[in-house]
Amino acid sequence: MLEYSISIKYMLAGYGVILTVLALYIISLFTRWRSLKRDLQTLNEFQKKQ
Amino acid sequence: MKPQPLALKALSVISVLLFLSALGMVFFYAPLEITMNYVQKIFYFHIANAWVGMLGFIAAAVAGVLYLVKHDQKWDIVGLAAVEISLVFFLIAIISGSIWARPTWGAYWTWEPRLTTAAILEMVYIAYLLLRQGIDDPDRRARFSAVYTLIGSISVPITFMSIRLFRTIHPVVIGTNSSASTGSFDMTSKMLVTMFFALFSFSVIFITLFWHRIRQGQLAQQVEQLKLEELQ
Repeated sequence: MLEYSISIKYMLAGYGVILTVLALYIISLFTRWRSLKRDLQTLNEFQKKQ
Repeated sequence: MKPQPLALKALSVISVLLFLSALGMVFFYAPLEITMNYVQKIFYFHIANAWVGMLGFIAAAVAGVLYLVKHDQKWDIVGLAAVEISLVFFLIAIISGSIWARPTWGAYWTWEPRLTTAAILEMVYIAYLLLRQGIDDPDRRARFSAVYTLIGSISVPITFMSIRLFRTIHPVVIGTNSSASTGSFDMTSKMLVTMFFALFSFSVIFITLFWHRIRQGQLAQQVEQLKLEELQ
């Protein structure tokens, strides 16, 4: 049987990785969306000026 | 770009609630396994991430077929979205599996059939993203991507079946374990309920992220078209 302290350490590491990777991906989706929106706005303004 | 549909907003909220509920079930409902105790709790999210990862790679292959039949760019956007999200989920499955393996097998990594095929699967789709970036023409890029995801999807059943076909230390959840299997355990009904709830929750989370990513792909296509118009 695994020692509780060792087992808890690995469990926390596992869930830490799961939460971190998911959070990073969601943040990347959000920042990419915001940057695309900004690009679209700039391009639309540029077209209007022309 | 159309504003975010109400259904997508609702799905996003439901996904967060399902994720928190799944976490709650893992920690407060599922019983502690006798031999591995706490580290076994990684199993529920490990298997759910692997499931949605494989689901997305298959979805990308279906989108590839639809692109080849209909020649509509929207299927390329769908395929790319499916691959990108699946790569993230499958990466989580690989890393969480390695962390679980360390105290169970005594090593983070071993070149046994399941781990090897899973690593190949992940690399096949990383290569897809890299190769796509090298093609400027949207039609050529979409055609290449469609064919690639179709061929790449062959590695999904190979990875899934590897623990059933070969002698491996990786445990089998549903089916008969190999004689070399290490880290397998008998699931109680509460463990089964938690596993299926995690599978369901991650399937909904996958659909939500997939929808968001498709919308982002459509926005990127709009921006790309405007840039091309400016250049002409």
